[in-house]
Amino acid sequence: MSINATLIGQMITFAVLIWFTMNYIWPPLMKALEEREKKIADGLAAAEKAREELATAEQQAQDAYAEAKKEAAEIIEMARKQSADIVAEAKQTAQREADRIAQTAQAEITREVEQATEILRADVSRLAISAAQKILRQEIDESKHREILNDVANQLGSAS
Amino acid sequence: MASQAHDAGGATGYIVHHLTPLSTGEGFWTLHLDTLFFSVILGGLFLLVFKKAADQATSGVPGKFQNCIEMIVEFVDTQVKDSFHGTSKLIAPLALTIFIWVFFMNAMDLIPVDLLPMVGSLMGMEYMRVVPSTDLNATFAMSLTVFLLIIFYSIKIKGVIGFSKEMLLTPFGPWLMPFNLLLKVVEEVAKPISLGLRLFGNLYAGELIFILIALLPWTIQPLLSIPWALFHILIITLQAFIFMVLTIVYLTMAHEDHG
Repeated sequence: MSINATLIGQMITFAVLIWFTMNYIWPPLMKALEEREKKIADGLAAAEKAREELATAEQQAQDAYAEAKKEAAEIIEMARKQSADIVAEAKQTAQREADRIAQTAQAEITREVEQATEILRADVSRLAISAAQKILRQEIDESKHREILNDVANQLGSAS
Repeated sequence: MASQAHDAGGATGYIVHHLTPLSTGEGFWTLHLDTLFFSVILGGLFLLVFKKAADQATSGVPGKFQNCIEMIVEFVDTQVKDSFHGTSKLIAPLALTIFIWVFFMNAMDLIPVDLLPMVGSLMGMEYMRVVPSTDLNATFAMSLTVFLLIIFYSIKIKGVIGFSKEMLLTPFGPWLMPFNLLLKVVEEVAKPISLGLRLFGNLYAGELIFILIALLPWTIQPLLSIPWALFHILIITLQAFIFMVLTIVYLTMAHEDHG
């Protein structure tokens, strides 16, 4: 086993290998590796961002849903109140109308009763007078009882 | 093959044959052709596979092949970032090159010991040692390159004066300057030697055991070679990993100011 010129040959070979690796193999491989690393990191970051955005959107949707539900409940409540109001008002109107009709009828009746009373009174005074005349014609002296007759006639007349 | 080796000198002959490199030239200028050939082929395979992944690399969804390569790259990058905190265009690619290249060279160990030498002998090659990291030249080539980088970055980051100070004044202050220098030189030189010898020793021993198992009767060979191969998968990866991590650590130390 001896050291000889092979050593020099091997050193040259080694130097060429190192030179070639340094210039043509290592840089492109490292570049690709670094680029891929960056790409993966970017991808992961983008995924993370998307996840966050999704969460935000979900939150927003939930909020909107809750809002809509609340609004719908409000609208329903309002409608219910309105319908109740309408019914109450209708009831009131009907009541008022009924009252009015009843009042009118009452007034009519009163009026008619008065009218009838009037007529009746006139008739009664007339009948009384005629009846009295019939009775008196036979018994009383006109001259004697003139004053009383006049008085009665006056009374009836004022009453009528 | 085994029987031929036995003919040519028994078990010892077989082992020596397997551990002798196919070489050309004389003295220092000997070239181990098998080591050079396989390490260049495996280095080329490394570049081819990773270049393909680098060309395909996009920030989109990766395929299985792409994913596998990127896992290795990220693993290496993590190792580098764990210890080295500065900016360096060199350390991470260097670590990747070491890890994969050493792993590929070690993995040649798992190919049956006689397969490629047999093919070689058919092509007229007398010797062939297929695992480049069982050649001291291959491991020291890497550790020496790392050593040069350590010196280069030490001087670049700390300056000539800073580096000299560190070499001369630590750990015992200015009164023991020669002793400091001696300690520091030993410390620095120990780095490439231990790096190179560790990898070489592990793989050489592993290969030797495969060769020894190949010498046994074929009936009990699987009983030993299969567990050893499975265990060796661990050794292969571990040695590649250790070489890479120590390189990172040494270069990190070179970047830090201790003086």
